[in-house]
Amino acid sequence: MVAKVYPTPDAALFDLEDGASVMVGGFVSGGSPSNLILALQRRGARQLTAIANNIGLGDKLDVLAESRQLAKVIATFAIRASGERQSHFEQQYHRGEVELELVPQGTLAERIRSGGAGLGGVLTRTGLGTSMADGKETLEIDGEPYLLEKPLRADFALIKAYRGDSLGNLVYRRAGRNFNPIMATAADVVIAEVEELVEPGELDPESVETAAIFIDRIVQCEPVEVRWDG
Amino acid sequence: MAESNEAVIGLTRELIALRVARELSPGDAVNLGIGLPTLVANFIDDEAGVLFQAENGILGYGGILESDFDQDQINASGQPVDLRPGASFFDSATSFAMIRGGHVDVAVLGGLQVSQQGDLANWFVPQRGGGSVGGAMDLAVGAKRLIIAMAHTTREGDLRILPECSYPLTAPRCVDLIVTDLAVITVEESGLVLREVAPGVTAEQVQARTGVELSLAPDLHEMDL
Repeated sequence: MVAKVYPTPDAALFDLEDGASVMVGGFVSGGSPSNLILALQRRGARQLTAIANNIGLGDKLDVLAESRQLAKVIATFAIRASGERQSHFEQQYHRGEVELELVPQGTLAERIRSGGAGLGGVLTRTGLGTSMADGKETLEIDGEPYLLEKPLRADFALIKAYRGDSLGNLVYRRAGRNFNPIMATAADVVIAEVEELVEPGELDPESVETAAIFIDRIVQCEPVEVRWDG
Repeated sequence: MAESNEAVIGLTRELIALRVARELSPGDAVNLGIGLPTLVANFIDDEAGVLFQAENGILGYGGILESDFDQDQINASGQPVDLRPGASFFDSATSFAMIRGGHVDVAVLGGLQVSQQGDLANWFVPQRGGGSVGGAMDLAVGAKRLIIAMAHTTREGDLRILPECSYPLTAPRCVDLIVTDLAVITVEESGLVLREVAPGVTAEQVQARTGVELSLAPDLHEMDL
């Protein structure tokens, strides 16, 4: 059996190279894999495509913009509609230095879920009659129009759970689930940061939300404090 | 620009939230958008039987907490919240199954513009060259009832209730009720109907600040706050 436990977040990212696509779990402060993000900043890989719910709301993902490692971001929340402060990402976006694909949140969740579940995409009413439908196919199902949204996968997924065992079974805490369990299914290499690492058998099988089969690497880290500043 | 420069004093943000709270019934599952709508939770008692849904994965949160910040227990605006008995947690796919699947009874969102057909624009500000969509498009399409809580005009006096939205749409024909600092307006097949005015505000003053002709409800009255 392949050993999945890594000693540090830096070691767990040993093969994450320039040009990689990287899913990053979390919703602002909730369930954000901040240790892995900071390790990715230290690693310095560039021209990355990041796929995440949000960037620049106090989350650590904005450090990758600060170090100019991002070529493209696929997210639901990246540009503020009001207020004075601008994240590093926003500044680069307004200067045309980084690409943004804005996706409705439910559509992002289902594109990732279908990417991880071997499906060819999803049909949704979300975005019909808006600019989100531009260039996309509309299909009629039982007389109702739906927008075809294609599946999304990545080279890597960086996720955060509360507890994990050395096989990769994961248990989340409170609203720390969000995008983490679905991103765990949708990347070639899935790396989980956990607050507590335990031996197989110590997690109640009834409470495991992400089964070990989805996880390639696991690393124990002290959580990093994150707070919304949107 | 508004056709009238005469000053009117409408509701504060808190009173708009209070008026919206009156729309919620026991048993309703309710999602509150970023900004003004988040204030609505503070006007609903624990005993009211309203279940607040946060799209980041909580059903059954309560008020916004001033202290005890737990970064895994936030609403979709990043604010720390407490939990009411019977609360549950879930992932984003399940959360949007609730929203898109018609399981959320009421969504309360902020607005930039609303058209007379009930089209909503609330995510992209052309002057700023951007905006963020978050869960707004899914909520606009999926919630059984959509309430927009917003200032009646912009700070500069530009009209927000218009024949057609000039900003990019969140969704067409989705708004059911508009609650502003000046008025309560319903979206009907026939157009927009003025139901209530804020205390001290007249129907003429509301009309002067609205870009489409409002029908007056037979029982048009002052808001009961």
